Amino acid sequence: MAKQYETVIGLEVHVELATKTKIFCGCSTAFGGEPNTHTCPVCTGMPGSLPVLNKQVVEYAIAVGLAANCEITRYCKFDRKNYFYPDNPQNYQISQLYLPICRNGWVEVDTPDGSKKIGIHEIHMEEDAGKLIHDDWEEVSLVDYNRSGVPLIEIVSEPDMRNADEVIAYLEKLRLLIQYLGASDCKLQEGSMRADVNLSVREVGAEEFGTRTEMKNLNSFKAIARAIEGERERQIDLLEAGKEVIQETRRWDDAKECSYAMRSKEDAQDYRYFPDPDLVPVWIDDEWLERIQAAQPEFRTEKMARYREEFGIPDYDIEIITGSKHMADIFEETTALCNQPKKVSNWLMGETLRLLKEKELDPEDIRFSPKHLAELIALVDEKAINTNVAKEVFEVMFEEDIEPRSYVEEKGLKAVNDEGALRKTVEEVIAANPQSVADYKSGKEKAIGFLVGQTMKAMQGKADPGTVNKLLKELL
Amino acid sequence: MSLLDLTAVKLSEKIKAGEATVPEAVKEVFSQIEAKEELLHCYVSLNKEGALKRAEEVQKKIQAGELRGPLAGVPVAIKDNLCTAGMLTTCSSKILGNFVPTFSAQAVENLEAAGAVILGKTNMDEFAMGSTTETSAFGVTRNPHNPEHVPGGSSGGSAAAVAAGECFFALGSDTGGSIRQPASFCGVVGMKPTYGRVSRYGLVAYGSSLDQIGPLTKDVRDCAAVLELIATHDKKDSTSVKREDTDFTSALQTDVEGMRVGIPRDYFGEGLDKEVKEAVLKAAEVLKEKGAVIEEFDLSLVEYAIPAYYTIAAAEASSNLERFDGIKYGYRTQDYEGLHHMYKKTRSEGFGAEVKRRIMLGSFVLSSGYYDAYYLKALRVKALIKKAFDEAFAKYDVILGPVAPTTAPKLGASLADPIKMYLGDIYTISVNLAGLPGMSVPCGKDSAGLPIGLQLIADCFEEKKLLRAAYTYEQAVGGFLVGKEV
Repeated sequence: MAKQYETVIGLEVHVELATKTKIFCGCSTAFGGEPNTHTCPVCTGMPGSLPVLNKQVVEYAIAVGLAANCEITRYCKFDRKNYFYPDNPQNYQISQLYLPICRNGWVEVDTPDGSKKIGIHEIHMEEDAGKLIHDDWEEVSLVDYNRSGVPLIEIVSEPDMRNADEVIAYLEKLRLLIQYLGASDCKLQEGSMRADVNLSVREVGAEEFGTRTEMKNLNSFKAIARAIEGERERQIDLLEAGKEVIQETRRWDDAKECSYAMRSKEDAQDYRYFPDPDLVPVWIDDEWLERIQAAQPEFRTEKMARYREEFGIPDYDIEIITGSKHMADIFEETTALCNQPKKVSNWLMGETLRLLKEKELDPEDIRFSPKHLAELIALVDEKAINTNVAKEVFEVMFEEDIEPRSYVEEKGLKAVNDEGALRKTVEEVIAANPQSVADYKSGKEKAIGFLVGQTMKAMQGKADPGTVNKLLKELL
Repeated sequence: MSLLDLTAVKLSEKIKAGEATVPEAVKEVFSQIEAKEELLHCYVSLNKEGALKRAEEVQKKIQAGELRGPLAGVPVAIKDNLCTAGMLTTCSSKILGNFVPTFSAQAVENLEAAGAVILGKTNMDEFAMGSTTETSAFGVTRNPHNPEHVPGGSSGGSAAAVAAGECFFALGSDTGGSIRQPASFCGVVGMKPTYGRVSRYGLVAYGSSLDQIGPLTKDVRDCAAVLELIATHDKKDSTSVKREDTDFTSALQTDVEGMRVGIPRDYFGEGLDKEVKEAVLKAAEVLKEKGAVIEEFDLSLVEYAIPAYYTIAAAEASSNLERFDGIKYGYRTQDYEGLHHMYKKTRSEGFGAEVKRRIMLGSFVLSSGYYDAYYLKALRVKALIKKAFDEAFAKYDVILGPVAPTTAPKLGASLADPIKMYLGDIYTISVNLAGLPGMSVPCGKDSAGLPIGLQLIADCFEEKKLLRAAYTYEQAVGGFLVGKEV
């Protein structure tokens, strides 16, 4: 019988923190500036410049640590990780090795076999590097230091995961915790959340771990799942062929669905870590810690329970809405304005999800404001517009966050509730469609649908179908 | 009487009184520079045009009453590892041979805001690594007292410039003695303030946990006045300490009555030149006559200071100097194939031998498997040395000893034997390891006519005690002769 293998996976997750300024200087962290415009002597490694720690970075790191049940290191330090590369202006990265800010935590994830605890080995703070741009035409490389010094936390898990589902569940869990904290938007595609996968295989029942590899360049949950499957198979094939797995870093090519070796343990660099003498140790006292603890937000589990209690919307809706902090915020703010949770939920679950899917966006990308959604709901309630018109308006709102009431006015979309005008149109439709009238009168109930449709068409959609129906029945 | 005979504070008084002008002072000091530079080579680069233009502006501000400080209008020399916006800052290294910073060091900004006029950038040992200013990539500086001898280092250019009247005062930096030792060799006053007293922002780092900027001056009053200007809290430097006690000129009192002065026996043992020993002990006698209580004691651990220092300083330097890679600024080699070859060639060509030696030493002590045995052990020694000083300062206000075992050696005599050169730092480096303030004050000359320095050391943030002892000594011996004798 063929050997049975178990996959052992640990994750290193980098998360870009949502601070306004960089970790060691006052430069903006905003995306998309012209190259080297969000820079200063500190984040470009000018001689004589010195780093000064951004307090908000420490607070976010502590908040994430507390949410992930970590011990907070009360006396923590920064260390220099020395390596030469042009995206790293000092040729050392300021990171934490000896005294990381958080240690020994865990998060609980839902798996098909029930809930499971995934251990967090540590969380440390560090600075991001700049970006290299290779110009093949000119045969030169250029460097943009706008990202240099953007704050990151690295969350290092224990090797507690056994398959791709658990890995995705763990990442989803981290993403939600961090989004709920407002510490990051955690977008894999944009790189504000990056995961490196450490994977090894061993025979089922074995005590020792196998030799692991580290997989980089994973830009989506799907890529992670594919890379895990691919690497598991590659390692099993090696072992089955009597070969050894080499400890190395591999780069995943998601287009080709395969990985290739970047560097092996032999040419692993000696980073010569040592405490950064330019930064004083960080002492986290009880008062500070308590303040951060007290400011922790309502997390998803608590929010779900409250929604069940307060809003009476289906569990499925709650699941989806709380699956994104941003969507939950929109739900709550809109409901606070219109006091109609069910209708708000319907707009989110229906049209919003449809448009997100169609446009390949994340819930975090929703741009319409709760005020405008509440206004749209009110317009429908007032019968100022019918549901079909409301959907059209919503689509524009989804794109441009227009103000629905004035938009409806401007575009002349307002429903005609003038009974006289409507009655006249209905009479005309009846006169023009004797066959359908006859069908209806002979008991074919469905025929009235056609007549409603014809009336709506004649009204250019600006009538309430219910009223039309009522009028038709009356006149027939 | 020439303006050059004046101290910095006296010159400023004369200018403020309308008896001299800033442009006159700048012109006079430049004629001195032109007369002496060919022989002495105190400067790496001169700022003549800029200084003359700035002199006119400062003169107007003084006349308008906008600048009234004790150093308004005074021409100053800046060590070439302190960033000066728009002015070359080379650290006396080929690798930064073309580097012009976009900002000035905080200490330099403070001086300029107070109306000082920058004359130029002074020569130094490359990246402050050396004790003779001979490791400069741009040639040696000679000792104004005897051009066959070195001025000391690494702030040799600054010390020599003050001694030769090529400036009225200078800024230096001190990582293991780099202000005090050249001050001693050139017969000027030099102070290394407490670690954290002066912002390091804009000082090109050598050993970040040990580096400190300080003054080199003609007398103790100038030293206090300069310190008062540069000792400000700076949010850009996390290690800068916020203090209220920065009125240093208030400490200029001729009063050491009851001051407890400890003389470490360990500083007077083997290796100390007889003439240096005699001069230093004679200075102690002067303080005793003025009422100080002198007592000998054992400081201990002195022999461990040098290995601990060279481990820590080299480790930090190996990392601090990584940024000089030919990518962003500074020297880049001409021909190379690929990135790594460019790195290697640029750094091989750009750094001098002593810098490379310390980068290799530092990289070694930080490398995996050796970190605990060297770097961590050195940190423990550092902590023990601090403890030994803490115990001493429970008993003494000031510790008194020599600055260096000998007077200035001859040019070329030191580099051949780096270990011997390192051992010459024995009396100064413990002060950096413990973060203490230390001061060098002239206390005579040897039979060859070379100056001898007296070192005074106090507990952290007790610079005023140093200034009071130094000022009392200076007044008792009738003042120093800086700038008037060479």
